[in-house]
Amino acid sequence: MKRDIFQAIADPTRRAIITLLAVQAMTPNALAEHFDTSRQAVSKHIKFLTECGVVKSKQTGREIYYHFNAKKLKEADKWLERFRMLWDERFQNLDNILNDLKTKKS
Amino acid sequence: MINLESVKNETRISKDLPNKKLLITRAFNADINLVWRAWTESSLLDKWWAPKPWRTETKTMDFRDGGKWLYAMIGPDGTKSWCCVDFITIKLKKSILCDDYFCDEEGVENKDFPQMSWLTKFESASSGSKIFVTISFDKQEDLEKIVEMGFEAGFTMGLSNLDELLLTAF
Repeated sequence: MKRDIFQAIADPTRRAIITLLAVQAMTPNALAEHFDTSRQAVSKHIKFLTECGVVKSKQTGREIYYHFNAKKLKEADKWLERFRMLWDERFQNLDNILNDLKTKKS
Repeated sequence: MINLESVKNETRISKDLPNKKLLITRAFNADINLVWRAWTESSLLDKWWAPKPWRTETKTMDFRDGGKWLYAMIGPDGTKSWCCVDFITIKLKKSILCDDYFCDEEGVENKDFPQMSWLTKFESASSGSKIFVTISFDKQEDLEKIVEMGFEAGFTMGLSNLDELLLTAF
């Protein structure tokens, strides 16, 4: 299954990583220092986030820096908008029914 | 003069994705008694529950705590998707707590699809009434599945919009 933004934000550690990177780009080591879990576990999450497209890596000199890709988070909003439209349509049907009921009553 | 009846009420959605919850709010220009009826009588639900181009057909409705509503969503090509709502707690004209899931014609749950828990609240408001729907998912995977289905629904929506466009064009 293709990784997406929803999987990215599903996990508390991943959410914490996103929050940290949203403030500033960081090296894997600097990032790992913020967590009690092993470096390996953190780098697994980073790999996951990179696959989701939420995090991008960039080589600067000898260090790799991870950056946050804000565009990707907007995908979640797009999906919600579709979901909202679906409900809106359903509720417009309901408006019509309610109007019918009112007319019958009066 | 502005006809108040025709003022469009906005459907609002707020998300709490980390907690696997979605909240939908909407005002209606009708009093709470009518909204409650439309939400709880199957002959009325059949008229509005399915978004176009789908329609709803109730097989059985037993509206009480512990009862269930078994219905089919019928697509434009006649395909039926069976759904079931288990009513857990009903507070007259106040709230309905229920589980919603896909099933077969007999109401046997299809475990391949996510189950959702719904809490619908009804309130009187200046416009008439207001409803609040909170949808919660048990599992992360369920939310993911709904997301995929949401994309599908978005696609269906696009088609129904196209239908309308074609109607106005001719």
